[in-house]
Formats: sequence, C-alpha cells, structure tokens
Amino acid sequence: MSSDNYDYLDGNAAAGELSNLFAMDVTAAEGQCAHCGEKRRFAEAHLFMRGPGIVARCAVCENVLLRLVNVRERMFLDMRGMTFLSLDTSQLQKSS
Amino acid sequence: MWRVGTVVALHDETATARTMTLEVPDWPGHLAGQHVDVRLTASDGYSAVRSYSIASAPNSEGRVEVTVERLPNGEVSPYLTQEVAVGDRLGLRGPVGGWFVWRTQQTEPIQLIAGGSGVVPLMAMIRSRVSAGSTAPFRLLYSVREPGAVFYRDELHALSAHDHSVGVSYAYTRTAPKDWPRPPGRIDATLIATGAWPSNLGPTSYVCGPTSFVENATDLLIAAGHGRKNIRTERFGATGERK
Amino acid sequence: MGITSRGFSGRRSAADVKLPPGQYLTTDFPVLSAGPTPHVPLDRWEFVIDDGTNVLRKWDWKSFRGLPTETFRVDVHCVTRWSKLGTSWEGVSLDTILADVKTDASHTMARSYGDYTTNLPLKDLTNKQAWIAFRFDGEDLAPEHGGPARLLVPHLYFWKSAKWVRGITLMHHDKPGFWESLGYHNYGDPWREQRYSGDE
Repeated sequence: MSSDNYDYLDGNAAAGELSNLFAMDVTAAEGQCAHCGEKRRFAEAHLFMRGPGIVARCAVCENVLLRLVNVRERMFLDMRGMTFLSLDTSQLQKSS
Repeated sequence: MWRVGTVVALHDETATARTMTLEVPDWPGHLAGQHVDVRLTASDGYSAVRSYSIASAPNSEGRVEVTVERLPNGEVSPYLTQEVAVGDRLGLRGPVGGWFVWRTQQTEPIQLIAGGSGVVPLMAMIRSRVSAGSTAPFRLLYSVREPGAVFYRDELHALSAHDHSVGVSYAYTRTAPKDWPRPPGRIDATLIATGAWPSNLGPTSYVCGPTSFVENATDLLIAAGHGRKNIRTERFGATGERK
Repeated sequence: MGITSRGFSGRRSAADVKLPPGQYLTTDFPVLSAGPTPHVPLDRWEFVIDDGTNVLRKWDWKSFRGLPTETFRVDVHCVTRWSKLGTSWEGVSLDTILADVKTDASHTMARSYGDYTTNLPLKDLTNKQAWIAFRFDGEDLAPEHGGPARLLVPHLYFWKSAKWVRGITLMHHDKPGFWESLGYHNYGDPWREQRYSGDE
C-alpha cells in the first residue's frame, strides 16, 4: 500500500545487519504481521533505519514487525511484531 | 563478517557515478541482484556503512564491481566517487539479499524496471544472463533524468542491438534527447502497456530505485494485471541514498 | 576491523565549543525516524494528560494555542552523535501544562501519534526544562521534524524529545519506552554520556 510519505527503505536494506544473526537469508523469508495478519516477504517490509535502531514495519498496516539495536558489543532484537518468520532451509546447502 | 576489498580499477559511468572493481581474496561468490555493505573507517575509529548493489555478474575470480552515484549531501558517496584511488582498501560485508535475485535457472520472461541508480542490480542480472548463456527473454525499462545520467549505455546498446531477446527502453523524466518521441515524464500506464511484458506471459518483475519510484512502478504493474507475488522490489531512500 | 580508509573523515566538523562527550557539531538538521511521518489535521489534534485510567487535562489545537508561549534557544544532542547548538523554538512550557494537575506520580510516559513512546521522570519535565514546541527557527514545525507539536527536553538525548507528541501519561512506577526497552539508557543524560542501558 503506497502512502505519500516515502521516507523508508525495505527489508533488503537490513540484510547486512541481520546476517550477523541469521545463518539463512532473511529477505526471502515470509513473515506474518502479528497485528493485521498480512503475510509478506521480509524484503517488502518498510524499513526505518536512520534513527537509533532499525525498525521494520508491515507494508500494509505500518505496525512494528521487528526492532534491532546495536549498542557497543550488544545486539538487541525484538520480533514480537511477527507471528512467524518462515525461512527456506534448502539455502543452507548452498555456499552463498 | 567483514572482509577487505582492494580497489583494482575505477571507471566513470557518468559525471557523478563511478564503478569500482574490488578484489576480495576470500569472496564467496554472489547472485545477481545482491548487494554489499561498504564500511569506511576514519583514523580516529569513526566509521560509516552504506549498502551498494553489485553490478557485476557472478564470477569465480574473487572480483566484485559496485557502481556508486555521488549524492549532493552524501557522507560516503563523495568519498567513493572522488577520493578513492586504486590500491585503497575498504571494508566489505556480504553478499546479502536472497529475494531480490535472478538465478540463471529461471526461464520465465523477466521485466526489469530501473529508476536512476536502481539500474545497478538489474545490470548484474543482465550480465549474469549473458555470461550464463541464458535465453530467458529480458526487458529493461530504464527511467533517468536525462541522457547524461544513463549508466552502461554502450553496453546496453550493444546488447539490445545483437540480441533481440533483450529489449531496452528509456523513460526520460526531466530532459529527453532531441526528437525523442515521448515528452519528459515519469513512467506511466502507457509506457508499461507498450514497453513492459504483458502480465499474461507470467513474467517475474524486478523494480529498483528510490522508494517513490518503486511504489509508483509497482502500482502500475499491479494495475496492468501483474500479481504482487511476481514483483520483486528493492528501494533506495527518497534521495537515492541507501543506509 | 583493522583497516582505515585513507583520507576519510565523514561529516564531522571540528568544534571549538564544548560538546557532550562523543558528540560532533552539525549545521543541518538530520531527520531520524522510527516510523512514517503521521499527518494529523489540526482540527483533530489533541494533547492529553492522563494517569493511565482517567483523562486529567485535554487541549485541542485552539485551546492549546491559547496558552502562554515562550521563545527560547537551546542546544540539542542526539544519541547518534550529532549536536545542534542554539536552535530556536517557540512552545508552551510543561510548567504551564501541568500547572493545575494535582498528582503524586513520579514518572511519565510521553506518547506520540504513530506508536512512539519515551519515559521521563516527572521532575525532568518541570522547572523550565521541557516544552511542547510548535515552531522551529521562526516557522511552524515541519511534519518531518515532529510537527504540529513535539516534546522538547533538551537536557536529555534528543530521542526523549518525542516528535508528534499527543499526550503524557503520569505513572507511579517507571516503565521503559520505545528505545529504552531495547538497549538505550533509561534516563539519557548526554553530559554523563548515558547512551545505552548499562552506562553509568
């Protein structure tokens, strides 16, 4: 759903940060928004990352899916905004 | 995990964009469409990270090309397009991204829609198609401000001249070439109808550029009957910056 | 990572002025957000003081703009390390807002249009330390900077100055807000460099 405010990126932009945490690619993962139930690829999430942390929001209802903060040697992650994240484990067989 | 890339070649694409070829000793290889995070570190430890799409086709030579556009108020892009010299070393993380990729096993028609510097990952897909000898039909709809802003012009021209299963069409948004049949303007429904694959051919579309461009192009594709599941997108910031 | 990038210094500029530790001076006004800019029509805007159960005071835009205002200059410091000095604002002091509010609450949660929240001790909102600001640099506060009105608490890191503020909930117990619940310091004094939870 488009809005007239285009000040966001998408889930692709968080791929580097999330690669520290997930062994598998997360952008192709399907996630369900815990608020509105919409299921989309994480790549399609609206991403806000110029602030103190990364905030991924549902492209349909704009509720928070995921928050990530890097402070010094700690990463904080909150994924309560997603009912589930479904990843393709066949990628684990590939080398890249 | 950060690797070290050494700049081995530099090539100006336009007055404001430059391609860097980086040699990365332990490069694991990449897929067309993926990007890297580039990290610059000042001598006092201050660092800045930006994401850039890989422009080169997958290869086994441990080399990666990224094309960087200089943004007027950028912190990193002016350095990468004007200061960096052959021999310099940069921090590199990646490749990352597994959704906005084109794999050589794909055989369906491919629609590429580029807004400005959004052409970079799409060019990697075109180059990948060429080096893999794929015959998947490709169309690129490339939106730019003006003729001088086109990246990879000669290569795109040679390609579409020799291979009729790769079509390239341009949309000029500010200034069109002399005698251009279409007045300057954004991509619209007419251009999608005449320049893009029709939805009944079941193409997979890849749209890349500033966020507003991506939303507009995606809405047009959906209005033309393409399913959302067949459209893959990658957004740069409103100013074209990706962080 | 051992390498440094020859000749790269980033956007920072040298400052002769005294800044909180780890900050650099900026002349522009970076826009940082955790979400899309809300667009709140003034005829629907409200500012509410509540205690979690009951509304204690409420203003619409007209009654809010009828309150006495102040113009003032302050320095602001963002936890992402930029500082902007001598910024000029017009706003209503929280002392005015809270003047008739009788409470024994010790803590507050500032709430914004959108879903942003940030917690502050009540005593940090009073005593000429905080405002609801609606004009910046002589003009109406732009939406991307928090307009129509934002909280302004310049003695703390700027994430505490909640953009698009819609109200303050008074609390007897502290509760962390949006960033405080995910690794950022609960209080956030830039002069003691209290950026992250665990910082002294």
